Amino acid sequence: MAEVRAEMVANVWKIVVAEGDTVEEGDTLVILESMKMEIPVLAEDSGVVAQLKVAEGDVIQEGHLIAVIE
Amino acid sequence: MFDSVLVANRGEIARRIIRTVQRMGLRAIAVHSEADADLPFVAEADDAVLLGPAAPAQSYLDVDKVIAAARTTGAQAVHPGYGFLAENASFARAVTEAGLVWIGPAPEAIERMGDKINARNMMESAGVPVAAGTREPVGALTEAVRAAERIGYPVMVKTAGGGGGIGMGVAHDEESLGKAFEQASRAAARFGGAQDGTSPAILLERYIERARHVEIQILGLADGTVVALGERDCSVQRRHQKVVEESPSPGITADLRERMLAAAVRAGEAVGYRGAGTVECLVDADAQDFVFLEMNTRLQVEHPVTELVTGLDLVEHQIRIAAGEVYALEARPGGHAIEFRVYAEDPKRFFPGPGKIDVWEEPSGEGVRVDSGYVAGNTVTPFYDPLMAKLCVHGATREEAVARARTAVAAFKVEGPKNNLPFCAELLDDPEFVSGDYDTGLVSRMRKAR
Repeated sequence: MAEVRAEMVANVWKIVVAEGDTVEEGDTLVILESMKMEIPVLAEDSGVVAQLKVAEGDVIQEGHLIAVIE
Repeated sequence: MFDSVLVANRGEIARRIIRTVQRMGLRAIAVHSEADADLPFVAEADDAVLLGPAAPAQSYLDVDKVIAAARTTGAQAVHPGYGFLAENASFARAVTEAGLVWIGPAPEAIERMGDKINARNMMESAGVPVAAGTREPVGALTEAVRAAERIGYPVMVKTAGGGGGIGMGVAHDEESLGKAFEQASRAAARFGGAQDGTSPAILLERYIERARHVEIQILGLADGTVVALGERDCSVQRRHQKVVEESPSPGITADLRERMLAAAVRAGEAVGYRGAGTVECLVDADAQDFVFLEMNTRLQVEHPVTELVTGLDLVEHQIRIAAGEVYALEARPGGHAIEFRVYAEDPKRFFPGPGKIDVWEEPSGEGVRVDSGYVAGNTVTPFYDPLMAKLCVHGATREEAVARARTAVAAFKVEGPKNNLPFCAELLDDPEFVSGDYDTGLVSRMRKAR
């Protein structure tokens, strides 16, 4: 199981995957936006998206849990 | 002369404009979002109006709210700074129609230069060299592929209405062109044309490898004369966005400089330009040749570099020209100036790192100027661009300026948000930068080398 957390304060711009999706290492899970920049959040392991804890438009803090990959 | 100026911007540039407005004996009015209420530019203004929530669309980009703030406070003129509404012709018109003085070029000049395709075609007819590229907007990928084959790879893909490097990408073949085209289209829809309700338009240009980005500061005087105030070399870039700028450019000969200044004056005259503007060019350093890139119809972020070498206050001249004052101006540049953009971002990958500022100590001393938007205790929020401050140095020679920069960067203490001061220090020790013989690929080479 791998937890994916936000590296910075950001706005959740786009959700790319859904819970239950199978992802490969390096796949984009969500795209954040901070300071006029798009920041893709990538899967660090291959697996299934067990939980997706953010929605488009959310403002999240550094360390916020974005997804759990199992 | 009007007696008051509303500054329709935020952060360091609002603060810097307010300083000149007040020095000229005029009343300075700030507008701000909820997120910016504690910033120094709000406190230092003579009057301040809350526009709305943090999101730019509901605050700094809301034309009606800005005009209403001018009415409420009795402002007589509006300075847009850079970014936000600075290059929005309909805002310039709304300001004028509200009976206020617009501190900037005529809306027609903004429109003609704002569309990069139109601008390039116009410059070509004014006798300014341009890069091979598309002369009509490219609407579909298939068109882009055909255009790229005609122009020859590599090509630069950019949005016709965009600025600040947003959406720009280089394509070396058909596959990477697809990616670059998609990225530019998305950026155009989000940050560019969509704001004015126009459709996103994409532009392709021949990409020059080992190019320097050199721009000319012009000033269109009230009597119609256009003067060139020297160049700024902006080749230190990450993600096509400038990080460090210097003047004079260490990469052009006196002969090339003379040709570029003359072309910039022709460019300004072709649009009947009034006020401060910048003619951006790409220089092929080996061939000592240049092409027109775009014209920015506003004050640039990096304008202090020109102020340090010319001794002029560009904001003061913008205000006097907007007020219709007629006078002659001659620039006699002296010495060497360098500006470092202090961004809230990590110094390795340049990803944003907003946060609360715990420690903020600015350097000072001979030849050191800091334009900052924050003080200790403020929070750098994720809603706006990452620029926290501009550290500028001036010296008699480039060597002296570089030496002063090393001392100043080391003395600048920022704790809290991530910041790129370690990158600035690294750059000042980089042999390529120190030699002056660098190009726009410098930063990526520095990152690949480690």
